[in-house]
Amino acid sequence: MKKVYTRPKYLKPVANHYCPGCGHSIVHRLVAEVFEEMDIGERAIGVAPAGCAVLAYNYFDVDFVEGAHGRGCAIATGLKRRVPDAVVFSYQGDGDLAAIGTAETIHAAARGENITIVFVNNGIYGMTGGQMAPTTILGMKATTAPFGREAKREGYNLDITHLVAEIEGTAYAARGLITSPKEIRKSKKLIADAFQCQLDNRGLSIVELVSPCPTNWGMQPLASVKWIEETFTKHYTPGVLVERRPVSG
Amino acid sequence: MADKVLMRGNNAMAEAAVRAGCRYYFGYPITPQNDVPEYLSGRMVEVGGTFIQAESEIASIYMVLGASAAGGRVMTSSSSPGISLKQEGMSFLAGHELPAVIANVVRGGPGLGNIAGSQSDYFQMTRGGGHGDYRMIVLAPGNVQEMADLTYLAFDLADKYRTQSIILADGMMGNTMEPVILPEMRELDSLPEKDYVVDGMRGKRPSRARLSLILEPKELEDHNWKLQRKYKLIQENEVRFEEYELEDAEMVIVAFGTAARIAKGAIRRARSEGLKVGMIRPITLWPFPSDVVRQLADRVKEFLVFELNAGQMIEDVKLSLEGTANVSFYGRPGGSIPTPRDLAKVIINRYSQKFRLI
Repeated sequence: MKKVYTRPKYLKPVANHYCPGCGHSIVHRLVAEVFEEMDIGERAIGVAPAGCAVLAYNYFDVDFVEGAHGRGCAIATGLKRRVPDAVVFSYQGDGDLAAIGTAETIHAAARGENITIVFVNNGIYGMTGGQMAPTTILGMKATTAPFGREAKREGYNLDITHLVAEIEGTAYAARGLITSPKEIRKSKKLIADAFQCQLDNRGLSIVELVSPCPTNWGMQPLASVKWIEETFTKHYTPGVLVERRPVSG
Repeated sequence: MADKVLMRGNNAMAEAAVRAGCRYYFGYPITPQNDVPEYLSGRMVEVGGTFIQAESEIASIYMVLGASAAGGRVMTSSSSPGISLKQEGMSFLAGHELPAVIANVVRGGPGLGNIAGSQSDYFQMTRGGGHGDYRMIVLAPGNVQEMADLTYLAFDLADKYRTQSIILADGMMGNTMEPVILPEMRELDSLPEKDYVVDGMRGKRPSRARLSLILEPKELEDHNWKLQRKYKLIQENEVRFEEYELEDAEMVIVAFGTAARIAKGAIRRARSEGLKVGMIRPITLWPFPSDVVRQLADRVKEFLVFELNAGQMIEDVKLSLEGTANVSFYGRPGGSIPTPRDLAKVIINRYSQKFRLI
């Protein structure tokens, strides 16, 4: 019988701790598949975040450094400068990348640091229990925005990928959805393109994966997917935001 | 033998780092240590290393963590408020068991304080500073030559114990110019092998993770006891100090760094007036030379601790003496630096209260 579906080489054969309907395990799988298909897993080094994916090194079967909250891009910078032929990526959530780590993110892009950011945006702090994130959209409820985010009270959401895309040192910025099989296949292509950008030494690449968090959204998994497609994507439109060729000289 | 060159303390430290095999420096401007990043921004290019002026002290310490995890000899430097910002990352370096050399060219505090030399970060450096139970080797140079020599040593100690080595200097020491003999340039392939490095599996070994998240309390307790065993080993093997005019001393000054230098001048003045005064100068502030101080108390009963702060190392002196001798204190916080003459007056005054002057 022909095997059509199997565990990717760079995922460990263990059960993960993610909630039912969470997008993290899908993103892990996509990244691991890309490593295998591009044959870069043997020289991959990841930086794990503080957040739901804090245990990413228990699931990915590649080298990892566990980072402090928000510092992924700074750690990835140190790794890449020491081992330029490694494929270095920082796996981060919205609070990590766009709140406490905003400076590290923006300046890694400004330096054109040749690293890849895998950014999972679910609009909420998952691991700490559903607090408001920088990406929480107006009207969305969180445990620290109990009446729903209101501009006058909690301020606006931040589209960090859009900001990063504006910076000259960013070679590639894209956003995909972790919703339907079709969108997930498209997201995988964006992840592969981001890593290819690093292999070509073109500068910083970021791929944002808009991902469901049924547990903290208080929704069923299918309702979460529907909510992303109908509401969340009004603020976070999928597609390639920028693709720059390196400036000569 | 290498020739003597005239160098500023900060520059001597930076050049010694390069000669020790440091090829990765990440920092952020702050007075009075700006000579270090300025010097290394050019020097790292010459030797094919990496220099990054980071967006913050926080980012720079995590760049240090990344480059260290990947096996490099790495350094950052800063001054007091900047070191406070680095403390989170320093705790992570301790938990991850990664080597690094960190220079703190101390300025007056608290808060923004001033840019004059001070020793007010003694507690912060010798107690770990960041969260969690950890220690760092703290080296306190007493002149520009030691700025070079102790920096060179700091990299070897950091690698040997997989720990952080701190160069605890101050604004005065960092900006003093003196003749210095620079250490030999280390060949990079002569540096110690590291078996914990995260640099890609390369088809040769299983995947590795460097981390400090250990959720199971018993496992984290074991990790902590392992760290403590390492710190014990450092305490047993790495204590360094200088003895000055101790043979016939009836009163012992305890001072480090710039304060010790002032104290030497003061002791010479006091001795010229017939006072039997000597000094013990801790070179490692952690591990503190407790045994030496304690043994001195078998024959000396008067200790005077002199610091450029409001009284921090005095606690370690008292802990070492365990009540076996009298301890008094003279200190100048806030960046004030007394002259040897000022200190000599204090010494003569205290001495004459205890002993009959000849």
